Amino acid sequence: MSEAVQLERNPYATPLEEFDVSDAKLFLENTHWGYFERLRKEDPVHYCKDSMFGPYWSITKFNDIMEIEKNHEVFSSEGGITLADRPSDFNTVNFISLDPPRHDIQRKAVTGVVAPMNLAKLEPIIRARAAQILDQLPIGEVFNWVEEVSIELTTQMLAILFDFPFEDRRKLTYWSDMATSGELNGGPTPEADRRAALLECLEVFTGLWNERVHRDPAEAIDLITMMAHNPHTQDMDPMEYLGNLILLIVGGNDTTRNSISGGVYFMHQFPEEFEKVKNDRSLIPAMVPEIIRYQTPLAYMRRRATQDYEIRGKTIKEGDKVAMWYVSANRDEEVIDHPDQFIIDRKRPRHHMSFGFGIHRCMGNRLAEMQLRIIWEEILKRFDHIEVTGEPERIQSSFVKGYATLNTIIHAK
Amino acid sequence: MPTVKFIEFNGTEHNVEANNGESIMVAATSNLIPGIDADCGGECSCATCHVLIDAEWRAKLEPSTDTEESMLDLNPDRTEDSRLSCQIIVSDAIEGIKINLPEFQY
Ligand code: HEM
Ligand code: FES
Repeated sequence: MSEAVQLERNPYATPLEEFDVSDAKLFLENTHWGYFERLRKEDPVHYCKDSMFGPYWSITKFNDIMEIEKNHEVFSSEGGITLADRPSDFNTVNFISLDPPRHDIQRKAVTGVVAPMNLAKLEPIIRARAAQILDQLPIGEVFNWVEEVSIELTTQMLAILFDFPFEDRRKLTYWSDMATSGELNGGPTPEADRRAALLECLEVFTGLWNERVHRDPAEAIDLITMMAHNPHTQDMDPMEYLGNLILLIVGGNDTTRNSISGGVYFMHQFPEEFEKVKNDRSLIPAMVPEIIRYQTPLAYMRRRATQDYEIRGKTIKEGDKVAMWYVSANRDEEVIDHPDQFIIDRKRPRHHMSFGFGIHRCMGNRLAEMQLRIIWEEILKRFDHIEVTGEPERIQSSFVKGYATLNTIIHAK
Repeated sequence: MPTVKFIEFNGTEHNVEANNGESIMVAATSNLIPGIDADCGGECSCATCHVLIDAEWRAKLEPSTDTEESMLDLNPDRTEDSRLSCQIIVSDAIEGIKINLPEFQY
């Protein structure tokens, strides 16, 4: 980073009223931390009067976010969960951006695919795929872990969940990337390209739907068959189907992908923690939620106030947008001990904000944890350690927090 | 110190001396009873402290709030017996209560 950027990005030299933590550049540069630290200390409920998304509130403390998450009557998800307003002529609805009762009905229709029984069936399949991917990696050579492992594994997992044609699986990655990198969200993809990609996605999945209508739902464990046979989802209109597809593709893709990469990076940054788990693999189940906390793959979720609401002496007005910054809550020193430290044997490792809380709490959290557990079990069986060569290249988004590249060298046992 | 009987899904029983005023969830986790995750720490916002309580004992409890109901509703395995254990407060009135643990938490 140049000195000029560092100066320009000094959170203590910027007046609080000029803070705009939704600026994707802060995340690209990994310079957001100081801004959130100052907000937590000095202005935990912060109003930004102008940004590319218009005015919005930032909630930055763990317990304040919990309060808002629980109050879904006042803090509505309708209209979308990112700060960007969705274009009204391309409105991909899904249950993450619906309030009860429609939210509950749709969520219940698909939740079965990640039910513990189903996960137990998926585990050996995912393990076999993970093993295959790891066995093909070069030893002692630099390669991009994001591309070769994180993307490949999460894409294969998605293909399993949808029973999507295996050889076309990278399309899922492409659609997921297009869905989240749009210019309206501060990303690099022009809106027209994004729409074109998503319409292609809809077309392919409509073909699969028409085929799955004829499958026996009692036999199938894939999401499309489930949706095509559930009375609450079988009559979805195309935009609603597309919305739910995007939700499941993005939900299960970027987040897990970036947690896989993040874990490798953190083990490199905190070698003493890696030694702990190397010597005692029973720590893996506690390490996994710590990786997810430390990464915080989704930096925030947005709500909109349906009525005036007082919090910490401020009044959020009816209609205002509110960003709940999980990335800040996960470093809240009042709730998490030594929050800036990556510690794999915490007493209550699941007490983090990365999955949200309340009625929208991540539906795929156990699936995500299972994937990470499997990959770390398989890594530790095979390799001595994974060296990270240089700083990772990050993604330009204040919503999806992740990596474009993470160059690594595997060292053999 | 009322006694609370936890019954794991596999039938294993644990009798715990619980403190008046604490929640059943806290009684379970502080005695290391397996099968309750309680990710949110008792905020009624994760539903990973799900337990099953039969009708006879349920009748002695305060009814569930709307918040508890909306969280329970996310669980496709919920039954009439379902409650969130962080929302049930231990008191002498429920001495000996039987708490059945589900096979999994979501
Ligand atoms: C480490 C990985 C993951 C992270 C960090 C994550 C994070 C989140 C967050 C923050 C929310 C919103 C919570 C709220 O508003 O309170 C959410 C919702 C959701 N996630 Fe995940 N997620 C992950 C993996 C997955 C996976 C693998 C799936 C695939 C099934 C998935 C599916 C969903 C769905 C369907 C919702 C919407 C739930 C609702 O609105 O009721 N997620 N996730
Ligand atoms: S502990 Fe989270 S709902 Fe009870």
